Amino acid sequence: MMVSAGTLPGRDKTSRVSNATRVGAEPSRTARAVILGVVGVVFAIPIVGMIIFTFRDGLTGTYTLDHWTGLFAPDAARTYRNLFTAIGNSLTLAAVTVAIVLVLLLPTMLLVHLQFPRLRRVLEFICIIPITVPAVVLVVGLAPVYSIVVRTFGGSIWTLAFAYGITVLPFAYRAIQSNLESVDVITLSEAARSLGANWFSVTWRVLLPNLRRGVLAASFISVAVVLGEFTIASLLNRVNLQTALLQVSQSDPYVAVIFSLLALAFAFVLLLLIGRFGSTGRDRSPSA
Amino acid sequence: MSPSHNRARRGFAKYIGLTPFAIYVLLFLAVPTTLAVVTGFFTDTGEFTFANVLGIFDPLILGTFFSSFWLSAVSAVIGAVVGALVCFALLGTRAEGALRTVVDSASSVLAQFGGVMLAFAFIATIGTQGFVTAVLADVFGIDIFANGVWIYQVPGLLLPYIYFQVPLMIITFMPALEGLKIQWAEANATLGGSRVTYWTRIAAPVLAPSFFGSLLLLFANAFSSYATAAALISQGSQIVPLQIRAALVSETVLGRENMAGSLALGMIVVMVVVMWGYSVLQSRTARWQR
Repeated sequence: MMVSAGTLPGRDKTSRVSNATRVGAEPSRTARAVILGVVGVVFAIPIVGMIIFTFRDGLTGTYTLDHWTGLFAPDAARTYRNLFTAIGNSLTLAAVTVAIVLVLLLPTMLLVHLQFPRLRRVLEFICIIPITVPAVVLVVGLAPVYSIVVRTFGGSIWTLAFAYGITVLPFAYRAIQSNLESVDVITLSEAARSLGANWFSVTWRVLLPNLRRGVLAASFISVAVVLGEFTIASLLNRVNLQTALLQVSQSDPYVAVIFSLLALAFAFVLLLLIGRFGSTGRDRSPSA
Repeated sequence: MSPSHNRARRGFAKYIGLTPFAIYVLLFLAVPTTLAVVTGFFTDTGEFTFANVLGIFDPLILGTFFSSFWLSAVSAVIGAVVGALVCFALLGTRAEGALRTVVDSASSVLAQFGGVMLAFAFIATIGTQGFVTAVLADVFGIDIFANGVWIYQVPGLLLPYIYFQVPLMIITFMPALEGLKIQWAEANATLGGSRVTYWTRIAAPVLAPSFFGSLLLLFANAFSSYATAAALISQGSQIVPLQIRAALVSETVLGRENMAGSLALGMIVVMVVVMWGYSVLQSRTARWQR
């Protein structure tokens, strides 16, 4: 019902929009253009500032391409070795964090949704706790926990993903939950069960294909959060993209800003893809 | 259908499916949170003490709490007002359209993943070498640092904080604005009401809980934010998260051990109160979003 209601207004859109504007429920074209224009320009300034900065010649004050071409110089791999190691670390952490979301959170959410409806509120409460317990507080208690983790698993970087799995919980939960609520998971699984499917094929062949959008969104947003994470890595003395950027910025601020721009652009594209998946999924579902 | 002992056994087996996640959350969320809160009550040798917790009331620490409150409140209010204006401007655009998709994605990036990189953006823009600083000085003859270089102090955090608060407001407040029903505006128009009466007498009361709820969420967001401040302010600990950094790195603040624990406790108390207010207001909003 709700899905079809969302797609209906397409036909009578023109009449509705003008009507909505006339009765004052929506801004006029001018008001919209002015607000979005002013805020858009103001918010573009720092990004433009970063772009201009990467072309500056620090000594003479003129402009140069050197900071960008320097990245492709033969010795770049050696000069920026620490930064590339850090990027590798962050990508490893992103992969392990997504694995934690898919292996621990997703099955639990399915199980609670199908078998323990009364635990839904409890699970939701647990998953939004990390908003109330900020990373900078969590890290105070994580320090002793990690002294045990390091003894058990060794000190390699991927262990930090245990903490990141908690950091991404609210984001991943919301992404999967909104998909769970838009699909009638209970009817689907009962239908599959009555046709003789076991729980494995119900999950793998019926539920997951229907939840692809939410699972993808949860994975992408987890990747974006992990690539931007600084607090926990920094205070536990681990090296990831953000801590390395801060370190590099002290010796070569231009490279730090270039990589920041690239990281922001990458996160933006990831989230843009979530938006696109979301819309195609919604358009397709009523006809399917 | 099935004998009761069979069902009981299956019920038990079902619960086993919940244990991996439960153990994970226990180890990496419950234990760290408890440790963070409890360590403040103990000395390094494990004896119970109130000394650290009372350390919060030291004028120096109270000052950092005050700075944090000030920064969070100002950035939350400005962020909420500007963000609400943007949400208003976006009303009537298609949720799946290009404009909204780009605004949503950009908002998520700036609100949640900027951190250190936003600090760079503002150093490159309004730092001593920044291009806005240069333009203001060359074209208008204004020296924004005439009274000292404030960008590496608490006032310098205000602009970057607003920069991530506005996008968060857009993300959290947009659903509430979209919940306004066109019929209410039509009824208002039919009864002879103007645009102004619609927004002040109908929309404002309906949106108020959601607006103030989002305002609290923004406050909590700024209060708990660490990365931007840590990247911008390398010396000194003017806000609470930076005090925690100092306490973790040097292990003694004000000559007290385990001060990080009591600072963490202080932060959690503030966060719980703010987030409780947020959830109360949020549940009042839900009434209108059907």
